[in-house]
Amino acid sequence: MAVKSIMIVGVGGQGTLLASRLLGRALTKRGYDVKVSEVHGMSQRGGSVVTYVKYGDRVDSPIIREGEADLILAFELLESARWFGFMKPEGKLIVNPQQIDPMPVVIGSAAYPEGVLETLQAAGADVIEIDALTAAERAGSKKAVNVVLIGAMASQMDLPKEDWMEAVKETVPPKYLEMNLKAFELGYNRDI
Amino acid sequence: MKELLLGNEAVARGLYEAGCRVVSSYPGTPSTEITEYAAGYNEVFCEWAPNEKVAMEVAYGACVAGARAFCGMKHVGLNVAADPLFTASYTGVNAGLVIAVADDPGMHSSQNEQDSRHHARASKTMMLEPADSEECLQYTKLAFELSEQFDTPVIIRLTTRIAHSRSLAQMGSRVDTGLKPYAKDPQKYVMMPAMAKVRHELVEARTLKQTEWAETAAVNTAEYNDTRVGVITSGICYQYAKEALGKTASYLKLGCVYPLPAGLIKEFASKCDKVYVIEELDDFIESKCKELGLEVTGKEAFTFLGEYSQALIAKVISGAEKPALSADIPVPGRPPVLCAGCPHRGLFYALKKLKVYVSGDIGCYTLGALQPLGMMDTCLCMGASVSALHGRNKADPANAKKSVAVIGDSTFLHSGITGLIDITYNQSDSVVIILDNSITGMTGHQQNPATGLTLKGDPTAAVSLEKLAEAVGVRRIAVVDPNNLEETEKAIKAELEAPGPSVVISRRPCALLKYVKHDAPLSVNREKCTSCKMCMRIGCPAISMKDGKSHIDATQCVGCKVCTQLCKFGAIS
Repeated sequence: MAVKSIMIVGVGGQGTLLASRLLGRALTKRGYDVKVSEVHGMSQRGGSVVTYVKYGDRVDSPIIREGEADLILAFELLESARWFGFMKPEGKLIVNPQQIDPMPVVIGSAAYPEGVLETLQAAGADVIEIDALTAAERAGSKKAVNVVLIGAMASQMDLPKEDWMEAVKETVPPKYLEMNLKAFELGYNRDI
Repeated sequence: MKELLLGNEAVARGLYEAGCRVVSSYPGTPSTEITEYAAGYNEVFCEWAPNEKVAMEVAYGACVAGARAFCGMKHVGLNVAADPLFTASYTGVNAGLVIAVADDPGMHSSQNEQDSRHHARASKTMMLEPADSEECLQYTKLAFELSEQFDTPVIIRLTTRIAHSRSLAQMGSRVDTGLKPYAKDPQKYVMMPAMAKVRHELVEARTLKQTEWAETAAVNTAEYNDTRVGVITSGICYQYAKEALGKTASYLKLGCVYPLPAGLIKEFASKCDKVYVIEELDDFIESKCKELGLEVTGKEAFTFLGEYSQALIAKVISGAEKPALSADIPVPGRPPVLCAGCPHRGLFYALKKLKVYVSGDIGCYTLGALQPLGMMDTCLCMGASVSALHGRNKADPANAKKSVAVIGDSTFLHSGITGLIDITYNQSDSVVIILDNSITGMTGHQQNPATGLTLKGDPTAAVSLEKLAEAVGVRRIAVVDPNNLEETEKAIKAELEAPGPSVVISRRPCALLKYVKHDAPLSVNREKCTSCKMCMRIGCPAISMKDGKSHIDATQCVGCKVCTQLCKFGAIS
């Protein structure tokens, strides 16, 4: 199988690493060659973070560049615009429309752009919007935003749903399992 | 069974399987997780040392005692450890000694883009460079064998994309090598001129033998496809080149980057029409090729700067670029920030009010340099805040009352203490502020000698920063809670006004530590808020303007109340 490339982008502290680890685990079980490139250190402190996940019969480079991503999962609106050019023209963009002001916006030296999703759609992007914060609250915790988004990503990929559920079970602490499985379902069915 | 391992995790697995018994390291992105994962193996003694020089000396002592030993560090850490490295290369080892160094092309989390391969050549130490997690594991095991075979330390060089990428690796079982007998041998282990002269001869002979080994070593592989384009490469660049060029090029992949196999390189180059050398950072392999009289293309087509990628290689060699969508959206940058509730925030705000010169250092608090706090004048390397402040105050004593150094607890113990000794020994009116957040923060929460816990989480002796400062001759020592803005400003002001050296310990644990109890999130009373934006001056990521008034994000706020102290209208509670 030709290599598929997925990017998970967001703001440090949003839980993007859990999403890429879970995805990596689910893909490994299916027997794919998998590479995951993570970000640690400085940019985790509230900076822009990006994780690359690639899988197929054989993966060489662990990173993704302009025009290469089949799917981008954006945890934050502005980050979807930042990494948009990394998507293949026929790729899919899943966006959580939550807005987190970066420091230049907070201190007034830059503005948070308006109408991001409309502009991306007009530029030809296949955009799926999912209000993960609301869904996470419904599942029982605002912290489950990442699992809602994993559910949304799962609905757009060709892996069996059971594999995903299994990976969720293996990755989250048992006492939060029920809540996370609910969050996954809400994301998977885009039931907000 | 193959597992999806982080490169660093695979190095840890490799040293475990090789029977390594002692690991001593200092944390540094992107190398930290090697030692954290190694600490998960009970058969291996693992520790955080106060700095990389100590770590390498500990590992050296262990290898002389007969235990396979390891130390890991980031590229700049190898500068700190260069002293023991250069002479350990002369003495050689008893049991194997392996050093992992992680370079950071693109500076994801570093202050420079140095290429550690130069250290291998300069110290005449063999260096291997893996290209994925499987190789991280296998090369680490091989490095221990080579170390014993050639009687030398061996360096494993990683870069960020190898250290922090996960790929599949085959795990094996541990071979316990036991403790090799130690035999007293001053000719080998005591490096005085008479002995070192003899050892240097052996080092030169050893390099020749290693070069011979490298000519046929399994880690150096030629892969012939279309020979119109040949690529000489190593590490992550091999993966980028393979993805960009596939079967349209031939590859010489060098797993051993020092010493380089001249014969193999010449043979490969002779079979290809046009040869590219593809390597991030410096022209290390390219220079060797040119020294051999080969016509190769390297830095003139690529770059000394930043990270490479499959896209860059495709563009340079075939001119190909992938089609991509574009949208006209001005996207503001999102630099990293001090976390909500970070104790450094209050301290930097106090410094801002005092309008002082700030001699900075390496850690989370370096983020205090960014707007809106903007309170740092210099940041050079670990420990330099303290010694550079002393130098400044000797050069310009009139401004000593308007200058401070800021340094974290871990960084202070790494190499700030020696600068403080210089301050007291040579007496300057320097105010050193130790930002004691009870953890090594930026690298992801590692214990250090002041926290009272070891790498494995066991209770241990804790260095008292107050007593240490007192013992080196500091007579004025103040301890403040940085979340109390008034107290902090007052205490620093008093020390600036007092003659002689002072230490201010700004003490409050990192807000991300699990044991830290947070107060309920604060909120803004929209009636009382006058939109004066005073609360925005501290750069808290939880505070933003919403519909013309200040707004606090309850998911981020930890109730530290630093903003409450700034609001003159009592709108935040």
